[in-house]
Amino acid sequence: MLEIKNIETFYTLIYALRGVSLAVDEGTVTAILGNNGAGKSTILKTVMGLLDDQPDKGTIEFLGKRIDGKDPEVIVRMGLSYVPEGREVFDELSVKENLLMGAYIRRDRAAIKRDFEQIYAYFPVLKEREAQWAGTLSGGEQQMLAIGRALMNRPKLLFLDEPSLGLSPILVRDIFKIIKTINQEGVTILLVEQNARMALSISDIGLILENGRFVMKGEAKELMEDKDVQEFYMGMKSEESAKGFQRWKRKKRWR
Amino acid sequence: MFLQLVVSGISFGSLYALIALAMVIIYKTSEVPNFGQGEMAMISTFVAFTLLVTHGYSFVVSFIGAFIFAAALGIFLEFVFLRRAKDPNILSLILITLGFEMVLYGLASWKWGADQRNFPFPVSDFDVIHLGSAVISYLNIATLLITLLLMFMLFLFFRYTKVGIAMKATQQNAMAARINGIRTNRILSITWALSSMIGAVAGMLLAPIATLDPNLMLEPLLKGFAAAVLGGMTTLVGAALGGYILGVLENLFGGYVSLEFKSIVAFLIIVLVLCFKPSGLFAKHYVRKV
Ligand SMILES: Nc1ncnc2c1ncn2[C@@H]1O[C@H](COP(=O)(O)OP(=O)(O)O)[C@@H](O)[C@H]1O
Ligand SMILES: [Mg+2]
Repeated sequence: MLEIKNIETFYTLIYALRGVSLAVDEGTVTAILGNNGAGKSTILKTVMGLLDDQPDKGTIEFLGKRIDGKDPEVIVRMGLSYVPEGREVFDELSVKENLLMGAYIRRDRAAIKRDFEQIYAYFPVLKEREAQWAGTLSGGEQQMLAIGRALMNRPKLLFLDEPSLGLSPILVRDIFKIIKTINQEGVTILLVEQNARMALSISDIGLILENGRFVMKGEAKELMEDKDVQEFYMGMKSEESAKGFQRWKRKKRWR
Repeated sequence: MFLQLVVSGISFGSLYALIALAMVIIYKTSEVPNFGQGEMAMISTFVAFTLLVTHGYSFVVSFIGAFIFAAALGIFLEFVFLRRAKDPNILSLILITLGFEMVLYGLASWKWGADQRNFPFPVSDFDVIHLGSAVISYLNIATLLITLLLMFMLFLFFRYTKVGIAMKATQQNAMAARINGIRTNRILSITWALSSMIGAVAGMLLAPIATLDPNLMLEPLLKGFAAAVLGGMTTLVGAALGGYILGVLENLFGGYVSLEFKSIVAFLIIVLVLCFKPSGLFAKHYVRKV
């Protein structure tokens, strides 16, 4: 459904993506894991067309059509939606208006109304806060709103950038449950996360990004069993690595 | 005398309010105070005058023609000049709008000269009604009513129309607007068109009271800017209130203190606001701009 081939992205002189390839199959949940600064967000931004004149190299196809070089306004109309890192809701619009802006590209009034109900069913608290400015919501509520707004686009493929960021563990679990539900309703999902355990638990495929390159790819189940992944991304200590040398050596091996 | 000063202050205040609104609408989207606003309004008023007097069209046709011109001018200036600025900072943007000011002023002087003309208007400035001890002209009443109507329409526009809400969304978070399919470039054009038309209304209401020449909007622009600063550059309601407050304060100052120095009220207000409450009297403290 999404086919990224060997893209390279620069922020002026910073070489952020160093040849990234990725295929997302319809109906799946794919997780991109990696530490801060690895370039996870940059992948999503590049695909969404948010970075001027990027990717510098490589191609991106969505549903068989080239989308590299296209504007986000065009890409979202093709069925690719994006929940940005840090939520980015419209602070001084009401919850309802935020969702309405999610439906900006649509004309099907009846279906829009049904989708409102659907989103309020996923996130009942949004219904309660309907008339409130989004800026006055808590972080978790804003995350729900950002997801709801993207769903109002009626996406075929949904990008989520660190939906767990800054949320309490219970809230994270709730949100991931709903992400899984959304997937089961037929929306393909590409998820970027630092919370590897949570992300892999709902994913089919996982990829690990380091310094702008993928260093590992596999079924989510396999990755969860993998010693290195456990140690470096799920915070499980393996015994002999107390001095850190082993750790460094193992990390080194990946590149 | 007090009542009279207040009444005519409110009438002038309406014009300041319109200019302040026009400036704030642009400021919220393009993040620059548009110092070309006054001259854009002045030229549009000249276009109305030309259609009306030189070509003899009716009021309706002339005014509609002027509004279309104003909208086109706004779109043109933003698209051709402001949008070209790469990685603009506030200073370079202000310089561009000052450029509009000078170019438009020069154009108007060249095309229409410095003659002072009478701008015909369908409502009389000489017929008055009495309000207790004060008199108010039909034109003043019309100015007030038109301004209030326009503000009400703006309120409805930003509250209930999809484009209006999308405009606010773009002002608050352009990236988020784009990923939801809002064509922010088009919103920019609409913003400038709308603002320019509001300015044109102010020009066409002012011209029959003053005389029409290229200097028409020089002072009113600064007053409108002061009103916007007073109310808070980020709030439409505040800008409008700022206009009325300034109009009344200025008139009272002119009546009781000194007519010659009436104009300094606006500058005093700018200085005081910037010293004590830079966000303006009515800005909600919730602005998260990057
Ligand atoms: N706007 C930007 N300008 C310059 N460098 C940036 C910008 N955004 C990100 N980077 C750099 O690109 C790299 C990848 O960033 P990012 O994609 O945000 O990482 P992640 O999302 O994995 O934490 C980092 O080194 C970061 O410093
Ligand atoms: Mg990131």
